[in-house]
Amino acid sequence: MITYAMVIDTRTCIGCGDCVVACKNENKIPAGLNRDWVVETTRGEYPHLSTEFRSERCNHCAHATCVTSCPTGASHYWKNTNIVLVAAEKCTGCKACIAACPYDARLIMHPAGYIDKCTFCHHRVDQGLDPACVSSCPTHCMHFGVLNDADSPISRLLRTRDYKALLTETGNQPNVYYLL
Amino acid sequence: MQRREFLKVSALFGASGVMPGLLGGCSPPPLPGTGEVRTSPTVCNICFWQCAATLYRENGKPWKVVGNPADPHCNGRLCTRGTGGIASYSDPDRLKRPLIRIRQGNTQSFKPVSWDKAFAYIAGKMQTIAEHHGRDRIALFSHGDGGRHFQRMLQAFGSHAYAHPSFAQCRGPREMAFNLTFGEGVGSPDRTDMANSRCIVLIGSHIGENLHNGQVQTLTQALERGATLITVDPRFSVPASKSRYWLPIKPGTDIALLLAWMNVLINEELYDKDYVAGYCSGFEQLAAQVQPYNPEWAYLETGLEAAQIRATAHAMAAAAPAILVHPGRHVTWYGDDTQRCRAIAILNALLGSWGRPGGFYAQEKVALPGFPAPEPPRPEQDWKAEVQARFPLVSTGISNVMIDASAGPDAFFKGWFVYATNLTTTVPAVREQLERAAQSLELVVVVDTMPAEITGYADVVLPECTYLERYDDLRNKAERTPTLALRMPAFAPKYDSKPAWWIAKGLAEKLGLGDYFPWQDYREVLDWQLEQVGSSLAEIEQTGVKSFPRKTPVYFTAGEPIKFNTPSGKIELYSQTLADTGHDPLPRYAAPQRPPAGYFHLNYGRAAAHTFGRTINNPLLFELMPENTVWVHPAAAARFGVANGEYVRLENPAGVQSNRIRVRVTQRIRPDSVFLVHGFGHKEPRLRLAQGAGADDAGLMHNVKIDPIMGGTGMRASFVTLVRGEA
Amino acid sequence: MVEEVLVTARFNPKVDPSLSIWSWEIAVYLFLGGLTAGIMCFAAWALLAEKDKELPFAHDRFALWAPIVLSVGMTTLFLDLEHKLHVFRFYTSFQPTSPMSWGAWILVLVYPLMALQVLSTLRRGYPLFAGWLERIPSGAELLDVCERLGRPIAWWVLPLGIGLGIYTGVLLSALSARPFWNSGVLGPLFLVSGLSTAAALAIIGARQAGEKHFFARADLTLIAVELILIALFLINLGTGAEQQLAAVHMVMGGAYTMPFWMWFVLPGLLIPLVLETFALRGIRGFALIAPLLVLYGGFMLRYLTVELGQLSSWTDYGIQFDPQLLLRLE
Repeated sequence: MITYAMVIDTRTCIGCGDCVVACKNENKIPAGLNRDWVVETTRGEYPHLSTEFRSERCNHCAHATCVTSCPTGASHYWKNTNIVLVAAEKCTGCKACIAACPYDARLIMHPAGYIDKCTFCHHRVDQGLDPACVSSCPTHCMHFGVLNDADSPISRLLRTRDYKALLTETGNQPNVYYLL
Repeated sequence: MQRREFLKVSALFGASGVMPGLLGGCSPPPLPGTGEVRTSPTVCNICFWQCAATLYRENGKPWKVVGNPADPHCNGRLCTRGTGGIASYSDPDRLKRPLIRIRQGNTQSFKPVSWDKAFAYIAGKMQTIAEHHGRDRIALFSHGDGGRHFQRMLQAFGSHAYAHPSFAQCRGPREMAFNLTFGEGVGSPDRTDMANSRCIVLIGSHIGENLHNGQVQTLTQALERGATLITVDPRFSVPASKSRYWLPIKPGTDIALLLAWMNVLINEELYDKDYVAGYCSGFEQLAAQVQPYNPEWAYLETGLEAAQIRATAHAMAAAAPAILVHPGRHVTWYGDDTQRCRAIAILNALLGSWGRPGGFYAQEKVALPGFPAPEPPRPEQDWKAEVQARFPLVSTGISNVMIDASAGPDAFFKGWFVYATNLTTTVPAVREQLERAAQSLELVVVVDTMPAEITGYADVVLPECTYLERYDDLRNKAERTPTLALRMPAFAPKYDSKPAWWIAKGLAEKLGLGDYFPWQDYREVLDWQLEQVGSSLAEIEQTGVKSFPRKTPVYFTAGEPIKFNTPSGKIELYSQTLADTGHDPLPRYAAPQRPPAGYFHLNYGRAAAHTFGRTINNPLLFELMPENTVWVHPAAAARFGVANGEYVRLENPAGVQSNRIRVRVTQRIRPDSVFLVHGFGHKEPRLRLAQGAGADDAGLMHNVKIDPIMGGTGMRASFVTLVRGEA
Repeated sequence: MVEEVLVTARFNPKVDPSLSIWSWEIAVYLFLGGLTAGIMCFAAWALLAEKDKELPFAHDRFALWAPIVLSVGMTTLFLDLEHKLHVFRFYTSFQPTSPMSWGAWILVLVYPLMALQVLSTLRRGYPLFAGWLERIPSGAELLDVCERLGRPIAWWVLPLGIGLGIYTGVLLSALSARPFWNSGVLGPLFLVSGLSTAAALAIIGARQAGEKHFFARADLTLIAVELILIALFLINLGTGAEQQLAAVHMVMGGAYTMPFWMWFVLPGLLIPLVLETFALRGIRGFALIAPLLVLYGGFMLRYLTVELGQLSSWTDYGIQFDPQLLLRLE
């Protein structure tokens, strides 16, 4: 079982949205739909403020509730990895998976009607490349790799820096980490 | 129901194609990249960083554009707008055909014509202007490399007046100030050595929302290496959020802070004594000038705690000489901008950063010869003496002054070429003058890819094809690593659009000036030039870029005497040139105007999603950010009774109102200020995505301050209030 | 002070600004599913308790309403699908972790069982239809077999009906990403509501006054139990974690307080409770109103639950831009 994870450094993320546009181009997402997005969180009161930018997408959770809730097996893990994909030909568009995702990361593909979401660019991963978003980031704050390889760059980053993941209390075990 | 039966049914649908709508999704689309993929090199043209990139086509259609890893401008990664630039090829609102304004009775409209007709019309009008007024009465406003072809054509004709609005509306003050101080400007790419800085000071600059790629990447590298970032900004900008010190300065008081820093560095003897002694002149006068400007005084002007002013001065000194007080880029703010940039230059000199690692490096470009062609005739008179004599230190055109010199029956200029710049929103508060100029000018030619508001004033609109459809001059900038980059077309020009070189050459030929363009296709020029430096068009079409080794040192060599390109040969802390032309030789402080009761400082700036107003209609970038918002502090919002997400209009003291704009209530802005991103509020109905979305700041600027030294338009001295009651 | 906003415009249809993937189609399906479960249970119980004389409608005729009601529900369920041509995929696999998969297969089992249940009392309840069936070869034999097997059939129908009723709630409560739904009380609540709406339907359908009275008393009890379960549901959320507190606040002081109490609890539960009490005391004149209000209440329970669950979420990102502008891209 290979666990792929993304590690994003919030210290150097500038919230520019390059990742969002790169994803749209690479995956030919129709206008009006987004597989990823950027969030800005500001804490404090003027002038004692802190702002964090996060590039978010499907977290390819180890215990993905979207996979367990899918009635047809359309939502499934790719090969022997944690990358969650949707087999469009098996999808009925019942949207149980959308309701099951605590991150609201899934979308209805237009106009076809099957469910779509970030795929960690598995078609690029298959060729040893990083996802399009990671490859486009102008500050190089996004990293991608194999989590269960202790020597991978992302594993080393997680050992040497403080980090968080989103909504871990849901029990989904997300695999996108944010360095603090 | 048996599985096999149902499949048969769907196969039936597939065979007959009866319900194509329902059919969509019977099988998912193929994975990207599995079709026929072709790549070609290009240079992004969305902003002026000009990153080399690779354009990917799949099955003949545009797929994506990605940074060229061999290009030091981008290191393989394009910025947000660059990545979105691919959509400019298929933007349905593009200019498609040459248009001529025709008058039928009381109505005027644009009529599509052939290129030949357009050329004949323009040439005719140009000849008429030459006969009645003179050959030197045509002005060129240009913002882009393609403008050079029109410059050449016009020079051949006899008109030498041109302006890049990026001077008077953007970086003119810093070029002027650094030239006066160090004998050289900052240039583009800016010669900032941030990757090696231990401390970076940003005055109003919001790198990270302003996305000049190399600036963003080198600033990030500095942060990753633990550099101290100090941001001076009335807004908690992106770099402010990454700074150790955020100084939320009262707008208009930056010179007070800069002088106070000088005061601390000099009085506490923290400046680089050897550097100042070895390279600078005028230190005694400077030291005397800054004595009254201590941090306690500065607190009263800027609102910044004296302790914080001292702490930041100490941090800067501790990091010196690997310290960069960033000159900024768009610096036309309050009308005293050259003096403020002089203060920044002087501060850098005191810290010894000019010519040192982590400060400013020396630029070098490739020695690329120009294609052999006849020199245009020398002008008979210096147009600058006629038009901008009161700015003798300025060697290029000042766009707003040239616009003034085009309005009215006795105006100097009788014709305009406007290349790739939307003067209507680029130059502040210019609409009235544009209206007057539109009445008196005899010829207005606009060349652009998109129908911006300026096309509304044109007699002739010429459609240029996008950067994805043309060759252009090799990119050759004075920078750290001399590099050439090739822009070549990935697609044939769409509709009836053409490259700038083709248009300028065609027009020149119509004017009988074809000899000045002694080539048939611009590829000849590029190939010849590349051969002069040991390469070829064929080679660079493979790699996209070619870097060359430097011939000059990147930094000063310690101990070596240097002659600076100033009258004294030294770094001039005290500027005799300024004194001789009747200006302050050393910066001094004058308190800015306060906003009237109930009004805010009008601040504007950049967002990562867009480049000025030119990308708002780009479908990919519009989707990212379809409108701007006005940032309002919660206390101010409460006073006005506006809620987050509500729409208001901005109104200046002269009663001019903006388009409706969405309120963003946020802690990230001073209570006495508002902020909006520049470039929105387009009125042009042919920009179907952009029109009417968001509000335009330029039209609200009632208090444009002209810089007395370089003539630029200070745009941050205006005030606005919020008007409620908008649906 | 926390300001959390989307920097890039995101407006995935039916997902932003809050989930609206399921609307009246699902509410109708859940309502009719619960109603079906109740009908099946009452019909089966009436047969097992040999109430053919006291409850002739329930014993003989009610069962036929179940497949009709369920089919309408299945139709709206089908209408809700975004990828309709692939509906058959529900039946090319079984996913044991997915309540929807369970539901899909339960519905497959339910239809044949409902058919048997109908056939077991067809001659008594619908002699006309029975007559038609007997004209078909083996039709009479079929009816004989079903009548003989009436009790075993009912014994199977009862748990399946209960399962169907509870499953409609579990479908929602298993989705932990929607805090408003994430309560174990939802399953039993939907079952009791289903039984209550079936009882109301029986009041309308039955002709005998005695049978009407029986179901009015039954409904009274069921409404009372339903009110207790709703209270427990609100207490469950109200003593839960942060997201659950925020979820329950929607109906306890928040924007949906009025619709929940004024448009659901009052007219759908409390008023019919009172009316049916009057009716049982012999006060006439409200005969049809109470059961209709109960049916209305059953639907409103599903509709509001579906709405409110989608409004509750773990993330709440503010938007900066008018989503209407994105329509220009079309």
